[in-house]
Order: sequence, then C-alpha cells, then structure tokens
Amino acid sequence: MAARKTTRTKKPVPPAWRHYLLLLVFAGGSVAVAARVVMLGVDEREFLTAQGDARSIRFEAMPAHRGVIYDRHGEPLAVSTPVMSVWIDPREDDLSVGQVAALSATLSIDADTLKRKLEKNRTRSFVWLRRRIDPAIAEKVAALNLPGVDFRREYKRYYPAGETTSHLLGVTNVDDEGIEGIELAYDASLRGTPGKKRVLRDRLGNNIKDLDYLAPPQLGQDLHLSVDLRLQYFAYRELKSAVVSHNAESGSLVILRPGTGEVLAMVNQPAYNPNMPVANFAQMRNRAITDTYEPGSTVKPLTLIAALETGSYQASSVVDTAPGYVQVGRKLIKDPLNRGELTFERILQKSSQVAIAKLSMALPDTAVFNTFAQAGFGVDTGLGLPGESSGRLPAATTRDPVSRATLAYGYGFSLTPLQLAQGYLAIANGGVAYPLSILRRAAPPPTQRLFDKKITTQVRDMLGAVVAPDGTAPLAAVPGFQVGGKTGTARKVGAGGYDDTRHVAWFAGIAPLNDPQIVMVVLINEPRSGPIGGGSVAAPVFARVASRALRALAVPPETALLAGVGQ
Amino acid sequence: MNNDFVRWMPDRSGLGDAHVVPGSTIDPLLLGGLLLIISYGLMVLYSAIEKDTAILQAQAIRLGIALVTMVVAAYIKPLFYLRWAPLIYCAGLVMLVLVLVAGVSAKGAQRWLEIPGVTRFQPSELMKIAVPLMVAWYLHERQLPPNARTLIVALLITFVPAALIVRQPDLGTSLLVAGAGLSVIVLAGLPWRLVMFSILAVAMAAPGLWYLLEDYQRGRILTLFDPESDPLGAGWNTIQAKTAIGSGGVFGKGLHEGTQSQLNFLPESQTDFIIAVIGEELGLVGVLVLLALYLVVIARGLFMSTQAPSTFGRLLAGALTLTFFVYVFVNIAMVCGLLPVVGVPLPLVSYGGTSAITLLASFGIVMSVHAHQTWRR
Repeated sequence: MAARKTTRTKKPVPPAWRHYLLLLVFAGGSVAVAARVVMLGVDEREFLTAQGDARSIRFEAMPAHRGVIYDRHGEPLAVSTPVMSVWIDPREDDLSVGQVAALSATLSIDADTLKRKLEKNRTRSFVWLRRRIDPAIAEKVAALNLPGVDFRREYKRYYPAGETTSHLLGVTNVDDEGIEGIELAYDASLRGTPGKKRVLRDRLGNNIKDLDYLAPPQLGQDLHLSVDLRLQYFAYRELKSAVVSHNAESGSLVILRPGTGEVLAMVNQPAYNPNMPVANFAQMRNRAITDTYEPGSTVKPLTLIAALETGSYQASSVVDTAPGYVQVGRKLIKDPLNRGELTFERILQKSSQVAIAKLSMALPDTAVFNTFAQAGFGVDTGLGLPGESSGRLPAATTRDPVSRATLAYGYGFSLTPLQLAQGYLAIANGGVAYPLSILRRAAPPPTQRLFDKKITTQVRDMLGAVVAPDGTAPLAAVPGFQVGGKTGTARKVGAGGYDDTRHVAWFAGIAPLNDPQIVMVVLINEPRSGPIGGGSVAAPVFARVASRALRALAVPPETALLAGVGQ
Repeated sequence: MNNDFVRWMPDRSGLGDAHVVPGSTIDPLLLGGLLLIISYGLMVLYSAIEKDTAILQAQAIRLGIALVTMVVAAYIKPLFYLRWAPLIYCAGLVMLVLVLVAGVSAKGAQRWLEIPGVTRFQPSELMKIAVPLMVAWYLHERQLPPNARTLIVALLITFVPAALIVRQPDLGTSLLVAGAGLSVIVLAGLPWRLVMFSILAVAMAAPGLWYLLEDYQRGRILTLFDPESDPLGAGWNTIQAKTAIGSGGVFGKGLHEGTQSQLNFLPESQTDFIIAVIGEELGLVGVLVLLALYLVVIARGLFMSTQAPSTFGRLLAGALTLTFFVYVFVNIAMVCGLLPVVGVPLPLVSYGGTSAITLLASFGIVMSVHAHQTWRR
C-alpha cells in the first residue's frame, strides 16, 4: 500500500483517464437530459400541444348586427351603429398614477372612482371600464397602450326619429337586447346570432391574431313597420303642443288605416329620447295601449248602431228629449238645455245624454253591451306590443237600467285609445273588422263582418254633422275634406266618486268621411288650463293632424280649399 | 517528510517560461465551438425578446467583451494564475463577506457590491473561477491522491465561499462554485470509496438538510416531484416550460412562431428558461444540435486539459470545463423538470453578461494552460 502511494507521488499529475471517465459520466448525464427532451417532444407531444393551445387559443363571439327597423316607406327608425366598449383585467400589473390619470381623463371617469374600481376587483379578470363609447375615444385609449386594457366591439341602437317614435319602438338595453316596445316584441327576429371565431391570445389577454372563423355572425332580420314616419311626426308635434298648451297630464294619439287595419301612427306625451338613458319610467309607458280610460260620449255612434241593428229604429227615427232631462232609477240624466225632438244625426251632433239614455232603456238589456263587445272592447287588440291592456267591459253593466244608460254614453267601463280606434275602424270600414297590425301588410287580411253595412255607413255619415258649425266639434273640421268624428269628455274617478275637476278629453274621427283613409283617436288626459271639453281640446289636434296627414297621403281634396284658389 | 520532498520538486515546467507556438494560443476548435454556440444563442435570443434589436445589440456587445476577456486570459501565462491564486481567492472571500454586510439587494437577494457611481458587480461570479483556481493551487504541490488533511482543507476552500453565497441567497451560483471546487478535487484523485461514502452520507443527511433550506427552496423541490400540485405558483415555470418544449415536437414551430414563448406564457424566456424557447420553436432537433455543440466544447476542453504539462494546469483546466458542463446540465435538467428550479442560466445563450464573461474567461484559462507548455508526453 505504502509502496503504491510512493509511486503515485512520483507522478503527481493526475492521470488522464480520470478526465475521460468524468467525460463519460457527464455524457451519460447529457443523454439523460436529451432523453427527457425527446420524451417531452415526442411521447408527450400531443398532450403538451393541447396544453399549449389551451393556454393561447380562445373562442370569441363576433357580435351580430341587430336588424334595422323601417317605417312603411323604408325610412330607418332604429339602426345599429358600431361602438367600442373598454374593459380591463385588473389582476395585471398596477397601472401607474399617471396611467390611471390618463385613462380617467380619456374615458371621463373620476380618477378616484376608477382607482377604487380597480382595487375592488383585484381578483377579477374582466371588468368593464366604459361601454358603448365613440370609436374615436376608444382609439385614444388604445394609443395610451396600457397593460390589461382591451376593447370589445359592440353595437349601439340609434333612433333617428328620437322622441317621435320613442314609445312605439321602445329601447334596447346595454347588451343590445330589446326591453320595450317593438324592440322587445320582435327581439327574437331582430337579434342576430353571434358568430364564433378562434383567436390567438397572449397571457395578458390581448388578441394577437384571428386564426379562423367558425361561424359568421347571422345578421338580425330587418323589420318593416306599418307606421308612416311623416304621420307619426305630425301626430307627435300636434299632441305635444296640445298637452303643453293645456297643461295636461298626458296625451295619446293613434292613427289606423282603414282597409288594412295597419297602425299608421302611435304617439304619447310625455315622451323620452330613446338615444339617452332614461331615469323616469313613467315617461316610457306607451299609454295608447297600456292605460285605460272611460270613453264618454265617443261611444255614442256604437250605441246608435246597436239601436238601428235591433230593427226597431230607422236613421230618420226621432227621440224626444223634452224636458231636457230624464229620470233613470235614482239617477237624473240631464242635457245642458231642452233640445226637444232629435233625429239620430242630431243626437250625435248635440251629443244628447237624455236621448242616448232613453234609447238604451228602450233596447233589449244586452244590445249595447253586445255591440261594444263586438267592437272589441274588453279584449286586447292583439297588436302584439308588450304591455297592452284589455280594458274592462264588465257584464254587470247590463244588470240595471242605470248601468245600461251610463254604459250607452260611455261610463262604467274602460278602454285604451287603441281599442276605441279599433271600434271606429269598424265604423269607417262599413261594419267590417280588421285585425290590427303594427307591421306593414302586403295584402289585406281576412275580415270579419261585425255590423250591417248599410246601418254602419249611415252612422258614419252622421259623424259629419258633429264637425259642422252647429255640432260639438266644429274645430275638428278639415278644410277641403268632409270629415267626421265624435267628441267625448269624461270625468275621471277620484276619491269618493267622479271628480268634477279632472277630465279626459277625447276626439275620435274619420277622414275623409266618404272614402276613409285615416281613423284617428286623440286623447288629452287631464287638461288643467283653458277649456276641458273634447270638442275644444282634442278636436283641434285631430283637425291639424288629419289635414297634414291627408296631404301627405296625397288624398285629393273634395272641395276647393279657398274660394278662387285651385285650377 | 515525504511531502517536503515533493514540495521542493515542483513541476513548474509548463507554467511560465514556456515555448509558445506563435498563433496557436487560441485553440481554433474550442473557439469555433464557442462561436457557434454564441451565434446560435443570439439567434434564439432575438426570437425570445420579440425582435428587440436594442436588447440584442446589448447582448452582442457583452459577448464581444467576454470574447476579448477570453483572449486576454488565454495570453496570460499559467504561472501568473498560480502566483495570484491565493490573493484572488482571498479578495473574493472578503468581497463575499462584504456583500452580506453591505451588499445591494434586488429581487429579494443580496448579491451585488456597488462602488457608487462606478459600477456594481457580483463577487460570487468571480468565485466560479477563483475557487477552482485556489483548490488547484493548493493541491498542485501536494501528494496525490490527497490525504485526509489535504482533502479537508480543499473541501473548506470550496465550501466556505459556497456557504457564503447560499446565504445571499443564490443557490444556483453556490451550486456552480461548489461544483467547480469539487471538480478539482475529483480530478486530483479522490478515492472512489470516498466518493461513494460521500454520496451515501449526503443521502442520509438529506432529511436534516431539508430543515436548513429556505421555504421557497423546499417548495421548488416539492414542485419537482409534482409540479401540478401548485400549477399557478411554484409549478408554473416548470409546467409552462414543459408545455413549450413538448408542443414544439421534433422540428419545432419555427423561429418567432412559438405561441408559448412569444405570447408571454413562458416565464423567464430570455434568461434561465431560454432552452424552452429553443424546444418550442426549433424542436427536438434544435435542442439536440445545441447539446451537441456543448459536448464538442466540453470534450475539447477536457482533451486540452489532459494535454496540460502541469498538475496545476491540468486540474484547473479540467475543473473549469466540468463547471461549464454542470451549467448546461443543471439548466436543461431544471427546465425539463428533472431538477428543482435553481437560478442557473444556459451558458452563452441566456440573456445576461456577467456569466458569459466568467465562462469565456474560463475557456481563456483553458487555452492558456494548453498553449503554454514546454514538453509533451
């Protein structure tokens, strides 16, 4: 042993084989490492590739364009415009104070609010910063190049006609889903199907590139309404002016088209701007279909139809209203003055309560009720707009003479302005009912006869007398056209019975009378300054709107507008 | 004593006044291998840094400086290294203590010394050369294989700085420094029985060592066995790296085309985990090519060290080459999930200048040892 040691000390240089042995050992190590790499790259490749894709490949929805809503002539009423929404992944690196300031200034968010929002959502991966902003502002934000901030393209609904079509069209919510009006009723067909694409995303969630498109977005279907934007606009303007000038609570106006049952216009006051967020939901109600009122004298033409249809009366029949009042049960029904004997036409022209009450007592118990029910009162019109009320036509109104009498002149039951317009539509059409439609009709719908044609036409023609100088509504006359209609002034129910200070003023009319082109119902709810009667509050609105509407519809005037003018 | 005799008969024939064949100081094969690795590394780095030319330029400049350092180191005679070894080592040791007392901290570790306004540097990096230098200096005149006393001193020379570096904490560098010192001892002729015994002893002491580790270090070791246990925390790096390498397959996705490395899914893709970028973008082939280049360099370095005429030269050159191997092995094994994650860069490829300077300086010393010899066996 000692000897060997000595020999080694004489050769102090370590032998080369140690180097090579070590080289061998380490080559073995290299092989082990290489084998591991081979294992990962070959054996586990499929699994690890899938893992890699799971990290970097995402599916993303491509928003679909919502269908455009047009009026009957192709005027766009609701269109979708592209907007950008900004979101952030707050888990990522803290934004510096300067970056937060720049972001808050560009997006017009309070800097402290923004900071709190980021702090609060530290564990979330997706928080909206602002939605639906002008793409130009989004570009400015993008130029700031902040970590974690990204954008999503969305569509925002824009309503070119603004307030004019507000109740009719309704609105969409922030996710572009219809929540009111037409937008809600036809949401399924207006809304498209979002497309799907595969994108490459980095760890911060930024899209690097689109890999492929799996399904193109299906555009929503366009919708053509029956509404005529011009008429809608006339109606909106005149109704607003009347509600404002009479300091009224609210107002509604509906125009229907005889011969098809289409809705040509539907407006309400107060209205709202659908392009801005609305805080007051009372403004958003489509009162023409949601709110019900007692119709008052406007239903008297239907009472006359009921009387004529019994066969006991002729158009020339006379009702004696002397001495200007009549006792029905314990109720005294009065006219303002003793009008003596009145023909049917004069009953309508003077709107005699006494004559109508006397007629109702002479008719079978259910005659008036049945006529009203046939006209569609007490059942919703089936127009399809959300929130439509069916009104109330209780069978109890046939029970006793007082109920029957008040029913005949428009009390004791309620209806929506649209239902009243539907009733007048049947009168304008010579006793034929059309199902109402808010969509443009290509062909006339199947009809249903409600009343005798001759009787209905007779009553329709009597309506002309109302707008005559000695009628209740001379202000409803339209120069150049023979029009007709009926006023109504109903007291509203307050605490403890009918309130003598609160009224609804109605006017329901047809123009022109001989060849009806429009049927219109005007309702002014609670006019508080000036006159309160239908003939002085609602009738002028009818005249102004009908005048503009007939001209817009190119209906030729029947008489010269002014003497000496015209060729 | 016997030792005295040996001490007075030092083999200094290859250390100084040597015959150097003009122009052969720089070994062409070793230089060629290193340049290939460097070029390959720059190409991959360019992809890993997302084509940022400014960063690439900075790295190229550092590598240029490192190459100059290598040439300078190659022209310095081995005798110089022998003479200065103790001083360099002691200076390094003092600086390591200074780091712990007055070092500059960054990322939770205190690794740097700063001369305000001038520079900051990492003394532990110097020790990668200084430790093998000192061990070789200590052993070259002694009886080999070393007796127990010599062995203990050599081990102390190795482990005192290694322990100081662990305290910073910097496990990766400490491992490399210890590896460098141990390489010298092994090359000097450690009895195999002792090697076996040491391995056994370490294995038995492992449960005890466990309690000496920092929490994060324990976590890394646990993660090694089951990276999926904490996929978003300790296991994240390893899982992401394995995913990147594995999804590259045999031929890779092509430079700049790697989804994991380009889209920020792979952490530390420019530095310690750059091999994963190679695996994903250049595939298995890319990794094996790099491994082959490394083996060429290591084999040439070991061959050159066996040709050294002096004990000191042979020990030093061999140990420096082996340290280079440890670098490669630990880094790739760590990225592949074979070893715990310790901060060891992939030599000459990872972004960062200091380690490149140390590494190329080492090869400069290898060349110097090889070139300055008076006789061949």
